[in-house]
This record gives sequence, C-alpha cells and structure tokens, in this order.
Amino acid sequence: MNTKVSIAGVEFKNPVTTASGTFGSGMEYCEFADLNRLGAVTTKGVASVPWPGNPTPRVCEVYGGMLNAIGLQNPGIDVFCKRDIPFLKKFDTKIIVNVCGKTVEEYLEVVERLADEPVDMLEINVSCPNVKEGAIAFGQDADCLFGITKEIKKKAKQPVIMKLSPNVTRIADMAKAAEAGGADAISLINTITGMKIDIERRKFVLANKTGGMSGPAIKPVAVRMVYEASHAVKIPTIGMGGIASYDDAIEFMMAGATMVAVGAANFTNPNTTVEVVNGIEEFMKTHGIEDINEIIGCV
Amino acid sequence: MKMYEEATVVSVKEIAPLIFDMTVSAKSAKEAVPGQFAMIYPKNPSTLLPRPISICEKSDDELRFVFRIAGKGTKEFSTYKKGDLVRILAPLGNGYDINALKGKKVIVTGGGIGIPPMLELLKTLKANGTEVLGIFGYRDSVLFLKEDFEKFGKVYIATEDGSVGTKGNVLDAVKEHDIDFDVICACGPMPMLKAVKNFAGEKGKDAYISLEERMACGVGACLGCVCKTVKKDVHSHVNNARVCTEGPVFDAREVEI
Ligand SMILES: Cc1cc2nc3c(=O)[nH]c(=O)nc-3n(C[C@H](O)[C@H](O)[C@H](O)COP(=O)(O)OP(=O)(O)OC[C@H]3O[C@@H](n4cnc5c(N)ncnc54)[C@H](O)[C@@H]3O)c2cc1C
Ligand SMILES: Cc1cc2nc3c(=O)[nH]c(=O)nc-3n(C[C@H](O)[C@H](O)[C@H](O)COP(=O)(O)O)c2cc1C
Ligand code: FES
Repeated sequence: MNTKVSIAGVEFKNPVTTASGTFGSGMEYCEFADLNRLGAVTTKGVASVPWPGNPTPRVCEVYGGMLNAIGLQNPGIDVFCKRDIPFLKKFDTKIIVNVCGKTVEEYLEVVERLADEPVDMLEINVSCPNVKEGAIAFGQDADCLFGITKEIKKKAKQPVIMKLSPNVTRIADMAKAAEAGGADAISLINTITGMKIDIERRKFVLANKTGGMSGPAIKPVAVRMVYEASHAVKIPTIGMGGIASYDDAIEFMMAGATMVAVGAANFTNPNTTVEVVNGIEEFMKTHGIEDINEIIGCV
Repeated sequence: MKMYEEATVVSVKEIAPLIFDMTVSAKSAKEAVPGQFAMIYPKNPSTLLPRPISICEKSDDELRFVFRIAGKGTKEFSTYKKGDLVRILAPLGNGYDINALKGKKVIVTGGGIGIPPMLELLKTLKANGTEVLGIFGYRDSVLFLKEDFEKFGKVYIATEDGSVGTKGNVLDAVKEHDIDFDVICACGPMPMLKAVKNFAGEKGKDAYISLEERMACGVGACLGCVCKTVKKDVHSHVNNARVCTEGPVFDAREVEI
C-alpha cells in the first residue's frame, strides 16, 4: 500500500500536514501528536522581524467553527532559524515554512534567509485577512499575485507553494496567476473573513472587529474551491479548510488535493493529525486502494 | 507533563445558583499544582474549542472544578453524570511558585468565579507551613466554597451588597481588618486584579495575579491568548506572553493590565 505523495520533487511519507498557525512549529503539540507520523509540519507564518500581532480578544468560537485575528505574531526569522528549525529536524517529517510579509522586500528577505536552511518547501502566505498592510492585497489581485510569485521564485532555493485566499471572486483565476508566476504548488483555503457581535454589550467580540473563519463550518466552501483551483492548473494543490477527520481529508483529495492540512481541528483534539493519517490508511485498506495517488481528483 | 485523556466524572452538583462543582478522576491530576487549569472538551460538535477551567482542588488521581454556567460549554458540563467520560487536557499553565511564597505572609484572595482556584493554593500553602489568610469577595450572601476554605482556618468575606462581612470588595476587607502581608495572590475579574496590582504596588508588596483570556489551543501554539508584558516574552520576543503557557499566574509588576 502506498501513502507517499510528491510535490515538486519533494516526497512526503503521507499526504497529511498541519495548517499554518494552528500548530506552532510542532513544539507545543509533539507531546500529544507523534510528529514522525506526519507527511510534513507546516509552521506558523514567519516574517523578517518579530511582529507583535493584534490586540486581544484574538479568537472566538462561532457555530461549527472559530474566528481568529492573531495578526501574525511571530518571533522573526532569526529566532525561527535558531530555535524552530533545529527542533523540527529532530523528527522524521518534512518541513514547510510559512512566510509572511508586508512588502515584497520583506517576503524576499525571509525567502533568502531560508535559502541555506534545511527546510523542504516554502509556503507564501499572501492571504492573511488579519493584517492591514500588504499580505492579503497580494492574494486578492491576480496581477499582484503573479508579480510577487515571480519575484519569490527568482530568489527561492526551495519549491514554493502560494497560499491562496478564499476572499476572491474567482479562485481559478488566482490559481492560474500563481502558476503563471512560477509557483510549484498552491495551497488553499486560508480563512474566510467573518465577524461576530456580542449582542449584550453591543460590541465586536474580536478586538480587530473581523477575523478569519475556519473549522468544520467552512469545509464545503473549501472543497469547492480546491476543486475549482486544482482543475484550473497543472501544479499540485494542498487542500485545507475544516478538515477534522480522515473522511474530510479523503474528500479534499478526491476534489483534487495532493496533500491536506489540518488546522483548527488541532484545537478540538490535539492528536487529530495522527488520527487523520491512521484513518486514511484504514480507508485505503477497507476500500482496496493500493496507491493514495489513485484518488487525487478522482471525482 | 501535560496529558490529553479521557477522564471519568465522579460527581457533579450545583453548589449555588448556576455554579457547579465537578470532580473527575484523571491521570493528569498527579502532577497538577495550584493555579493551573485544564481544557475541558465539550461533546457538542458545534462547539469546536475546549473550555479553560481552573483546578479548584486535586488529589493524586482526581481533579475538582467549580464553574459558573456562562454558555453552551459550561451548560453541557453541568449535565454530566457520575461515570460519564469527558476529554480533558491538563495540567496547563504555570501555576503558583509555592517555594517562592514560603516563609512569607500571604493573602490568598478571589472574587466571584475567581474564588475556586484559590482553594488548592490555600490548602497547599497551609500544608507547608506558610502563614496564609483567605479573603473572598462575593456578590451577596451566596457564599459558595466558604466552608471548604474554613477547613483550613479563618477566612474574611466581603460582599458587594454588604449582607456578609465587609461591604465592598476584597481590598476593603484587607483595609478594614488592617491585615499585614508580604504577598497577595489574586484571581477574579479584571477591575479587581487592577486594584490588587495597584494596592500591592503602592505598599511595595508582591502580587501574583491569575489572568483570563480567550483561548483556542491551551498549549501555546495558536498565540490567541496573549497579554501585554513589561519584558520580552519567551516565544515571540514582542512583550506578548501567552496566558495559557507563561501564565495564567503572573507577577503583577510584569504585566500591563
Ligand atoms: C485560565 C482560565 C481559567 C478559568 N477558570 C474558570 C473556573 O475555574 N470556573 C469558571 O466558571 N470559569 C473559568 N474560566 C472562564 C471559562 O473558561 C468560561 O466561562 C467558559 O469558557 C465559558 O464557556 P461556555 O461555552 O460556557 O460559554 P460560551 O460563551 O458559549 O463560550 C464561547 C467561547 O468563548 C470562550 N469564553 C467565554 N467566556 C470566557 C472567559 N471568561 N474566559 C475565557 N474564555 C471564555 C469559551 O471558552 C468558548 O471558546 C476560566 C478561564 C480561563 C482563561
Ligand atoms: C489561529 C490560527 C492562526 C493561523 N495562522 C496562519 C498563518 O500564520 N499563516 C497562514 O498562512 N495561515 C494561517 N491560518 C490559516 C490556516 O492555516 C488555514 O488555512 C485555515 O485555518 C483553514 O483551515 P482549518 O479550517 O482547518 O483551520 C491560521 C488559522 C488559525 C485558526
Ligand atoms: S490558547 Fe493558544 S497560545 Fe494560548
């Protein structure tokens, strides 16, 4: 039985990774989930310098999901290279580093800094709805997305995944722009912009007013977008958005994803990632699937 | 070590209107210290996030939680029966540094639903011979947990409506009884914590306060639960410490509230 998948020449032992920002750099979760069982760990977004993030409250629950407006708090690339990469190297899993920035230059600084680091892929977050400058602007305009992808590809030593925003009119156009810019893969969906109001206090629940929605409630939207995006391009897709169990993961793969990422579901059960890996293997056995690649985009 | 486990409900009872007392048997109880908390996972699939609840009391194999019904999650917990299984992640957070309090005159104080976590603290301090006094602030004469505290000595009470003890808040009680102290440990609503921080500051005494913030992961991964700190935090070096990991107990001098 083969569970291996590969993207841009990088081979993953199985198609399951973590969704950026929900799993730190694995340090906090390795007590509950065996990182060696995962295809890859995708880290929290890292910028060229430390970012303080947004005021609190930064998270809240909504029916079947949650909103977050962390605002990309992160320690900056120096601490990340010294602390987080060596930690992850201790495990038998691939490393995907999620990169954020406010300007093209900031993204490039991180990408160049990572060139000689032992990481397997870069995921470029051009789709965070929670920071004012840059970031999402690159992900909501096809020309900007094309431009930044091209710049990053010139400098990057590792294969590049462009992480797409669902907050666009036509996701297929964004996927095509990333591909045209030279991206090696796309990942989606980032969170969907949402809002929650406390009716007793007549106030926004989140200090940032809006937050990115994730969790099971967004899954049907994510599956549709993964289907549309993956069928618009030849490069592989990493699918995410509400994956909480193996059947969700299989659904994304059938829609066209080569890999899948588990996000908010880590909060519902810290061992979700490993349970998804086990569940996929079990599904393959019971359904007589010899190679996981058979089901990618099979619908 | 933190553990994610299926705990078994030993008992659940309502000890005051909307306030429930739940004991579970759990392996994670063994290493828990005062001031730490647990994440309790509701079963209702529409509630994605676990609920942070302080450890009120512990033994080697049991954890006791006292919580107020605030919404869907706590409502669900209140319906649990003996023998039910409930997923928990515990013990979480730093808890109080008991050794640092040894040999000092300590006031342990709580307000409202901030009272429960002070039980294990008071008990532990008494057991190691620390000179400690409990002062608790309630809204009215519904004095939940008072008898539990009195097992470990005299306690002072303040009530907002003046029906029992000092009329006013816990600091009014400290002033009324002219209580001498080196350290004050407090858990309760933000206005109370601010007042405790200022009061201790003016007197040049130490204060340790338990902060509350919205949480998602409970283990330091999501960066949802931060508070402003004077020094650089260990995670991101941006003066934003994680309440779930570096807290919930902070030296009042080190946080901006
Ligand atoms: C470290 C810590 C210790 C706590 N200890 C206790 C305790 O011992 N007893 C007790 O009664 N309460 C305690 N609380 C508050 C308790 O977590 C909330 O009352 C509870 O999460 C409400 O959940 P709900 O589903 O009933 O309410 P809902 O309003 O339905 O909750 C919706 C969401 O908001 C979050 N939330 C709501 N109120 C709070 C709050 N005050 N603080 C943090 N998150 C909140 C919930 O966790 C959930 O994610 C503690 C909070 C923290 C951070
Ligand atoms: C708390 C939190 C923090 C996140 N931080 C990032 C981030 O730093 N970079 C990024 O590209 N996406 C981030 N995301 C988005 C997720 O990686 C993922 O795209 C999204 O949550 C949808 O998946 P889910 O429904 O499984 O959570 C974050 C999501 C959450 C809930
Ligand atoms: S709740 Fe996730 S970091 Fe504290």
